[in-house]
Amino acid sequence: MQLTGADIVVRCLQDEGIEFLFGYPGGAALHIYDALYKQDQVKHILVRHEQGATHAADGYARATGKPGVVLVTSGPGVTNTITGIATAYMDSIPMVVLTAQVPSHLIGDDAFQEVDTVGITRPCVKHNFLVNDVDDLAETMKKAFYIASSGRPGPVVVDIPKDITANLTDYNYPESVDMRSYQPRTRGHSKQVKRGVDLLLSARKPIIYTGGGAVIGNAEDAVQKLVNMLSYPSTSTLMGLGAIPASNKNFLGMLGMHGTYESNMAMHDCDVMIAVGARFDDRVTGELAKFSPSARIVQIDIDPSSIGKNVPVEVPIVGDCQEVLEQMIELLEPRVDEIDRAAVNQWWEQIGRWKSLDSLAYKTNEEKIVPQVVVERLGEITKGDAYVCSDVGQHQMWAAQYYAFEKPRRWINSGGLGTMGFGLPSAMGVQLAYPDATVICITGDASIQMCIQELSCCLQYGLPIKVINLNNQYMGMVRQWQEFFYDRRYSHSYMDALPDFVKLAESYGHIGMRVEKPAELDATLEEAFALKDRLVFVDVITDPTVNVYPMIAAGKGHHEMHLAPGQEEVKERELA
Amino acid sequence: MRRIISVLLENEAGALSRVAGLFSARGYNIESLTVAPTDDPSLSRMTIVTGGTDSIIEQITKQLNKLVDVVKLIDLTEGQHIERELMLVKVVAAGSEQREEVKRLVDIFRGRIIDVTESTYTLEMTGNGDKVDAFVQALSQVEIIEVVRSGVSGIGRGKRALSA
Repeated sequence: MQLTGADIVVRCLQDEGIEFLFGYPGGAALHIYDALYKQDQVKHILVRHEQGATHAADGYARATGKPGVVLVTSGPGVTNTITGIATAYMDSIPMVVLTAQVPSHLIGDDAFQEVDTVGITRPCVKHNFLVNDVDDLAETMKKAFYIASSGRPGPVVVDIPKDITANLTDYNYPESVDMRSYQPRTRGHSKQVKRGVDLLLSARKPIIYTGGGAVIGNAEDAVQKLVNMLSYPSTSTLMGLGAIPASNKNFLGMLGMHGTYESNMAMHDCDVMIAVGARFDDRVTGELAKFSPSARIVQIDIDPSSIGKNVPVEVPIVGDCQEVLEQMIELLEPRVDEIDRAAVNQWWEQIGRWKSLDSLAYKTNEEKIVPQVVVERLGEITKGDAYVCSDVGQHQMWAAQYYAFEKPRRWINSGGLGTMGFGLPSAMGVQLAYPDATVICITGDASIQMCIQELSCCLQYGLPIKVINLNNQYMGMVRQWQEFFYDRRYSHSYMDALPDFVKLAESYGHIGMRVEKPAELDATLEEAFALKDRLVFVDVITDPTVNVYPMIAAGKGHHEMHLAPGQEEVKERELA
Repeated sequence: MRRIISVLLENEAGALSRVAGLFSARGYNIESLTVAPTDDPSLSRMTIVTGGTDSIIEQITKQLNKLVDVVKLIDLTEGQHIERELMLVKVVAAGSEQREEVKRLVDIFRGRIIDVTESTYTLEMTGNGDKVDAFVQALSQVEIIEVVRSGVSGIGRGKRALSA
């Protein structure tokens, strides 16, 4: 029996094992929506704005490792997804975005709700397709899922004109696809792996630096085995948090702009560095000219273009992080005795002195709630086992610094693109994937308003997310930079005329709470988390003057961190 | 340094814009770009003349390889190679003296006159970039009406080849 293109789209999703489709209907997508109506295997989640659909699919993908899927209509449906697609692209998240298009004969006519979807999405996708013939549809869908999920993952757009969704053909979903132009390599070159191992064993001041690739590549077991076997100091980027448990004694915390003092100093002074799925982003390296002057670097990455892009690398290894690490571990295991333990112990002593500075220490306040306390309390209440989705800004950094992540895929945030508005919709995707898990959205009064409409979607699907709004009435990170670098000229960073978030949450059908006094924080949070089956929006009024420390300012190196007020003197005294 | 990168890519709509978009998005320089289908109609061959430091060229080749439509590529300038460019020039050729002078120059450069009117000649010239440039220089005494250059096409010398 022949099927319509619309039925084929839905059958492909079923055969691909897709649980959720995040979308929003419209004219050009109606045949597909009709096909969805006739089945219940693929569950459609109706968002309130297409940006929310992409972030929700993205959150689902980050938490599960499976591709997130989106369906939108042509024109504005597509343009509204761009931020979400670019967000997924920057963080290498597998996602397939199905976009309806005006009928083939109208393409190029400036038809109603027409945009050049392939053209407009091209710079922020891994690949995209325009389906010209219903006979190509099933194979294109298969290719889209294959490309999105393999190699360095990323978003793939499939643009489907409306007439194609009405045309009939035989349905045949390919088991696999073979593309001569796309064959990602997963296994490391054995000679390079051996060279990497030799270099690692020769280290006197080593550092293991892991990134988002360690999480995306499911390399956590291999990474932990490497770290524990070598007992080398280890650090992680914002995107890699959780691959090494925060409680691992070899873990120094996050590195980079708001990383710990000991991580950044160890990066600067090391003699051998191994980068695992990390791309030497500018927020990680600080000023490149000052980056790790004595390091000999091994870099593992599945994307050859990430290797040596910003920093020259002595041993490049192209391959899947997990597979390459397993290759290395096999060679390392019988040779661990070659490590110069005396030298490494000395290095650890040095690191211990840096660590004694306690660069994440902060001052509490009797009158006002300081945001770091909130994140620490969340960690205690959820025993470090929640999925934490964040927006972008100060609260994001505090969440990364103070919520001790013990597992990978628990920390969901937009690291590369830095997309405000990501938090709430991404939390929806995570909560749908894991209905019984505790899912927190740590956000701020500015970020939450960028996708707040999705509170309505949360009600429709009964998603009991805990939204923790760190409300300082500022775009906090902007305010911080203006304080430091613009002589306290707070240009347009003050959020005047904020809504009453409690009433807002209530009008969306949720529970709203507000807490202003430090003494009431614990009770409020406990009450919120006790409401297991409801979305609770906790508006936490925080001290607006608190800044994120420590910090590497623009143009500075890892060894030139700006510490919290009062700590500079401690540093002089302790480390003299 | 000037480099010639030869790319074999799927002959599909949009493949060219992916390459062009990559160069503009990442701020790489394109001196010329030519593309046409090969003997295998499913493949196109593109010749890109670009420039930059070694690390930029390394990034360019890696980023091109990353495009899903790109099957294979080589940097022709890494080995012995041949490059050719086609130029068509329309010049004013009125009066026997001027017509003789243009014809002589065309002969010296081993070009051809491919169209003649009472007042113009249209010339065809093939060669590497330097030769084509030199020919335009040589025409300095002649009034040029228009110049059309194809951009460079390149191929490896000897057995060196780029095939799928």
